[in-house]
Amino acid sequence: MGNEFYPLFYSFHFYLFGLIAVASALLFVTRKSPVAAAMWLVNVMFCLAALYVLLDAQFIGAIQVLVYAGAIMVVFLFVVMLLNLGHPSEMSDIRGNAGRLTAGLVGLALLAEVMVLGRAEFPAQLTLAAAQASQRIDGPGGVIGPIAAPLFKQHLLAFELTSMLLLTAIVGAVVIGKKRTPDAR
Amino acid sequence: MLAESLALSALLFTIGVVGVLTRRNAIIIFMCVELMLNAVNLSFVALSQLYGASGQVFVIFVMTVAAAEAAVGLAIIIAIFRHRQSVNLEDINLLKG
Repeated sequence: MGNEFYPLFYSFHFYLFGLIAVASALLFVTRKSPVAAAMWLVNVMFCLAALYVLLDAQFIGAIQVLVYAGAIMVVFLFVVMLLNLGHPSEMSDIRGNAGRLTAGLVGLALLAEVMVLGRAEFPAQLTLAAAQASQRIDGPGGVIGPIAAPLFKQHLLAFELTSMLLLTAIVGAVVIGKKRTPDAR
Repeated sequence: MLAESLALSALLFTIGVVGVLTRRNAIIIFMCVELMLNAVNLSFVALSQLYGASGQVFVIFVMTVAAAEAAVGLAIIIAIFRHRQSVNLEDINLLKG
């Protein structure tokens, strides 16, 4: 954009990390080996963490590195290596020409929709709310305070339900992944 | 930087959709879904600059759901692999009739 609100340093790094993210995502969907694909996806997530920091969401950036790149992708890599998916007979999993054509058409349609939506005006209600929004990120409580206050006040029920969701998911994962022996029930 | 962030988010989401449609490896399709979730997170964060910190709270919720989804989904993939010795979606056609 290059306007006076954003210094050149900021814009340069924003575009740099955005470009790396898109390039890594393209490499991610075109790699044949699942391990290489996972590594490129980790690269996308690191770039997104950098973008979050540039967008005044430092805590989300840290959580992105810790949870996504550190925990979720490690679980993916763990499963890929546990199932030993690297060998060449499993490699060529990209669909044939019909699948590629469909995917290309769907991708083009989505991009066209995005371009049309980008030209549209925001609804009046949304812009009014934007004008009234006074919760700036750099309030009292540092970086985490403005996130913690709505999380533990407005969204407390959702937060508690999240713990139930995680517990259910862990129990479900153990039950599904357990090896069934014939005399075990 | 709001417009650029939203455009980048849309681009990453589209790449994720194309990945889901072009690949057959179930684990890679799962990773594409994670990429789509990440793209939505980026637009949440970009809009939270304008509309207050609630967007970042929802990013935390999305990450939690993604973690739960990864745990259950990968357990399902391991269970399928144990039966079929494959994670290729072409081989898993039990419901195809």
